Amino acid sequence: MQKEELIPKVGVVTEIRQETPDVKTFRVVGTDGRKLFEHIPGQCAMLSVPGIGEAMISITSSPTVEEYMEFSIKKVGVLTSWLHAMETGQEILVRGPYGNGFPVDTTFKGRDLLFIAGGIGLAPLHSVINYVRAKRENYGHIDIVYGSRSKEDLVDLEEITNEWMQEKDMNVYLTIDREEEGWDGHVGFVPNYVQELNFPTTETAVICGPPVMIHFTLQGLKALGFTDSQVFTTMEMRMKCGIGKCGRCNIGDKYVCKDGPVFSFDELGELPDEY
Amino acid sequence: MITRISSEKLPELLQQISEQEKLYIPVDKSDKLSVYEEYAPGKVMSLKLNTLRSAKDFFFPQVQPMAKFRMEGKKIEVMDQRTETEDYCIFGVRACDVRSFDVLDRVFLADPVDTYYEDRRKHATVVSFACSEPSETCFCHSFGIDAAKPDGDARMWIANGNVYLEGITEKGEKLLQSLDLAALGAAADDAAVQEVEAEQQRVHEIQKRMPLYSLKPTDNRDKELEIFNAPIWKELSDKCLGCGSCTFVCPTCQCFDIEDFDSGHGVERYRCWDSCMYKDFTMMAAGTPRKTQLERFRQRFMHKLVYYPIRNDGIYSCVGCGRCLRRCPIHMNIVKVMKAMEEDA
Amino acid sequence: MQDELIKRACDLLADGTVNRVLGWSAGDFFYDITPTVFESAEDVKKNFVYNDFCGANLSKYLIAESQKEGKIAVFLKPCDTYSFNQLMTEHRLVRDHIYAIGIECDGKVSAETLHDAGIHGILNVQKDGDELVCQTVYGEKRIAFDKAEDERCRNCKSRKHVVYDELLGPEGEVLDSHRFDEVEKLEAMTPEERFSFWQGELSRCIRCNACRNVCPACTCELCVFDNPKSGVFSKAASNDFEDANFHIIRAFHVAGRCTDCGECSRVCPEHIPLHLLNRKFIKDIDTLYGDYQAGETEGQMSPLSAFTEQNDAEPSIVQKGGIH
Repeated sequence: MQKEELIPKVGVVTEIRQETPDVKTFRVVGTDGRKLFEHIPGQCAMLSVPGIGEAMISITSSPTVEEYMEFSIKKVGVLTSWLHAMETGQEILVRGPYGNGFPVDTTFKGRDLLFIAGGIGLAPLHSVINYVRAKRENYGHIDIVYGSRSKEDLVDLEEITNEWMQEKDMNVYLTIDREEEGWDGHVGFVPNYVQELNFPTTETAVICGPPVMIHFTLQGLKALGFTDSQVFTTMEMRMKCGIGKCGRCNIGDKYVCKDGPVFSFDELGELPDEY
Repeated sequence: MITRISSEKLPELLQQISEQEKLYIPVDKSDKLSVYEEYAPGKVMSLKLNTLRSAKDFFFPQVQPMAKFRMEGKKIEVMDQRTETEDYCIFGVRACDVRSFDVLDRVFLADPVDTYYEDRRKHATVVSFACSEPSETCFCHSFGIDAAKPDGDARMWIANGNVYLEGITEKGEKLLQSLDLAALGAAADDAAVQEVEAEQQRVHEIQKRMPLYSLKPTDNRDKELEIFNAPIWKELSDKCLGCGSCTFVCPTCQCFDIEDFDSGHGVERYRCWDSCMYKDFTMMAAGTPRKTQLERFRQRFMHKLVYYPIRNDGIYSCVGCGRCLRRCPIHMNIVKVMKAMEEDA
Repeated sequence: MQDELIKRACDLLADGTVNRVLGWSAGDFFYDITPTVFESAEDVKKNFVYNDFCGANLSKYLIAESQKEGKIAVFLKPCDTYSFNQLMTEHRLVRDHIYAIGIECDGKVSAETLHDAGIHGILNVQKDGDELVCQTVYGEKRIAFDKAEDERCRNCKSRKHVVYDELLGPEGEVLDSHRFDEVEKLEAMTPEERFSFWQGELSRCIRCNACRNVCPACTCELCVFDNPKSGVFSKAASNDFEDANFHIIRAFHVAGRCTDCGECSRVCPEHIPLHLLNRKFIKDIDTLYGDYQAGETEGQMSPLSAFTEQNDAEPSIVQKGGIH
């Protein structure tokens, strides 16, 4: 019989890294040791454990990584708690990739890019940032603003410091919500920091984080002169099928799992305000 | 070509079809209950206006097993539960339900194809059954459906003590050709065509006297946000019980859930009907975007009358079968919503 | 009678006794009745309906409505008053926010029954003695009133209003009902017959939750079937047993609290006689603990929560501390 999108493949967890107190990154390959499937930055996969649950998770690794896929997952519910408790070598179920992904080879190409993330919101952007780094010649200047509650809640801090901050023509601005010992960087909320940094409107922006952060960051960017069409985000809705059929992630005439999760704010503006 | 046989020969016709392939017909279990059942000699086809449940069950059953998993240590084994369906015939589907298949096809057969649905759908031959006595809750004509001339692979009328049959698609023609209609005393003459035309005319005249005859949906594809934000929803949804009866009796509602069931001998993954009327439908760890029954109620009707048409060339996700008019515990239904939308617009 | 109700509703709104009225309105047909909150006399005059099709029990709506500002008037049929009392007993209603008006009921009919009797294209229905006269597109059809009634009304337990602030019409009497005859029919079956009866009925369940959501005894903020942590969470039966499981658990949860209002069966889109499951519990409670009618008086204790060693039907566990 032909392939059924809803039947998952078996993936093996080969590496688990503790990123923050409640975020772990899981490296997954197929049972044959190879990458399960190819994807576009910003796409997601359905991860599940039989009898425990299934959830839509951003693929954190860049498609340019040929050997494996990674998922950075925050512990929030039954499934994610189970995943956090498992050990390497555990098999899980994976299906996908789902969604449209970022327009890395069209809209973003040749542009200066501004990535703004809050907390675990870095996960979906991680893939596109590393994709852009791998194809550095295709893109202009890159700015990254990333903030979290505290230093220990910053995901991928090691990679950010050792790799991203060393990248040519790429600036990384980190911030945490409150002062703490051992932190001499910026302190304050992401939306305010973005305002202070006064980015040029020639950049194409991508925001991902908690709804409140997205809301105020967008307002800030608009105050700087950005238009809705040059600001993108990636949405989170309850999903079950991932292929635009089960009806759960329906907003207006769009299905977030299939037509999204990446939307520009002018696209979102045309949809009912129910997300 | 329209073939006429005496309606006394209907049981023999059913018998002949059942010898070709598995056959499902509507059967009266009681005066309250008509359901599709597999044909067996002696079973009498229901002539009721419609079955209690819609015919969507054939392609989109309430519960659909998907896969089985066995976990041992760190290993997981995936067992595909799919098997290819045999060819089968659904006989006696009313015009509204036949159109619902088209509405469902546009969801399940859209890329990527849902193979569970596709398998059941492609192996089915649908013989439809023209309505002779529509009820006041019927409004299929509002959506351009002709109750007196239903679609399908083949269609049937029962009138003047006769059964009239007409092939529509290749599949339907093939089914009719595979039967020995001559043995049933079949005739295919001009008179048969005229008799069917007269029957259609008769039913059309009846429809004109129905209270919902003038009901027409408004094309609101360009007013998505305006209607979404209209004040009508509060009053319409105010007493909604938040049950899912409208969605489950609806032939076009297709939302589903995917759940695991641990049988003790492994985990079975199945999908089952779900309803946008339910509070937990869009619930996430961080909350739900549809906080009250107003949002959930609005979603259902916006989807049927605005969102679905935007995505599907103006086709509505309602076929006017009237099941929700009859079954909603508080009688709040799509007709009332259509009228409110129109008044508001 | 409708006119009398409309007049009273308008008076109560006008003199400020209440700021809202809970009643019924109709849609395209006289029978598609929706429970409705009216906020003005104008709205009442235009849309208020009370007819033979107003079967919906309004008591459950009072849970939400009585939480709101101001007083609401509600029209209660005798059997709705039992639900009202039971809800009061369970502290679900803000009594000060409710003005309850008892109204007469001669039994309610449902359009489903008319359709099922083959009456289609209905344009109008009038009561004519013991008959309903239906004007239809296909001519006049007549049906005996009691044939068109729901079973709960044919075997009405009581025409008495057990609680009210005001009565329009008589207080009414408790009836000598034959409602347990239906249960006795089930009891007379062999276990195999009974199992197959319920299996046949419950296997049709589509788990739409209409029975639960309409039930005045089902008032949990989060139902066990919607709670992933409850252990019985499910949206559909994954096997034959589970269809029954939902209804059996539900029947147990409302046992001793169910007033036998019959709303579950009225709303079931699959015509499953769900109320018989509850009525069997009621009959058993009557037999084991003495006659008990939930909702008869406010504040009464259910035998199932008030049993002692002396009156417990199966005292062995209590007395001997274990099963023997």
